[in-house]
Amino acid sequence: MKRILLFLPLVIAVAIGIFLAAGIGKDPTKFESARIGKPVPEFSLQSLDDPEQILDASLLKGEVSLLNVWAEWCPACWDEHGYLMQLANDKGVRIIGLNYKDQRETAFRFLGRLGNPYQQIIFDPQGSLGFDLGVYGAPETFVIDAEGVVRYRHVGVVNETVWQDVLLPVINEARGNS
Amino acid sequence: MRYLPLVLALLVMCGVARAEVAEVYDFDTRAEEQRYRDLIAELRCPKCQNQNIADSNAPISKDMRDQVYRLMRQGATDDEIVGDLVSRFGEFVQYKPPVDKRTILLWAFPAIAVIGGVLIVGGVAMRSRKREEEEPALSPEEKARVRQMLAEKDPQP
Repeated sequence: MKRILLFLPLVIAVAIGIFLAAGIGKDPTKFESARIGKPVPEFSLQSLDDPEQILDASLLKGEVSLLNVWAEWCPACWDEHGYLMQLANDKGVRIIGLNYKDQRETAFRFLGRLGNPYQQIIFDPQGSLGFDLGVYGAPETFVIDAEGVVRYRHVGVVNETVWQDVLLPVINEARGNS
Repeated sequence: MRYLPLVLALLVMCGVARAEVAEVYDFDTRAEEQRYRDLIAELRCPKCQNQNIADSNAPISKDMRDQVYRLMRQGATDDEIVGDLVSRFGEFVQYKPPVDKRTILLWAFPAIAVIGGVLIVGGVAMRSRKREEEEPALSPEEKARVRQMLAEKDPQP
């Protein structure tokens, strides 16, 4: 019995080691959105293209869509834009843009250079919808189901790997249920 | 004296760095202002991770400070204000997580560790005392032998 007790420190050290090793490689900047499972917050904001047109939360209902938060000032948005173009053009994904804390002119310059994958763009210069969604840095991409409920939130660049491994399964599930 | 310009330059820069964070908010009373300071000190910036929103220059922290101020003006309680931000950004923004069944281990762990440590140290001390009482250090024969050995050793240093 005494002998076994001598191994106790080793057992504790191994247990702590396993616990800490499980944390390695986890990105501490990524955490669950508090919005998941809840409807997109109500908003009333101008369309980027047409200041006369006021968009609201019904825009995100009726069909599974991606809500992509972007801005001209965000370097990673430039990186992911090419892939968003592919998603919209080749895969026919409905992408709604949320232009976050940006200006109309710079946003148009960005789209002029890289193309426009968005079916509609919400213009949010104050970041008010972004704040309600819990956006803390662009780019972020939300999967919204046909009922307008947030299914998933991805922080960071969307690329082929993220699409295949993360977003597509969530989208398929959302499509299956609704 | 040689360092005076450098010191002055540093002082000037300090001023600039402070000014970035301090927005001007008006409070009716000192107590309100203190309440605001306490609130922003215990809310965590989601972007910069290990800073509270009082210290952070990130735009999101400014938005969060604005929201805290706005809700205070509307007469919200501390819990309502923290709850509002948690509903947007998740529990991550609270430096002090609420006590519930998921976090009870987290909160209880220091107490468990202290009690466990006291029990172990107490157990070890009790056992060694018991052993001393049970078996006296040396039997009379052994004592005699020790004396003999010491006596033998003395003449030849």
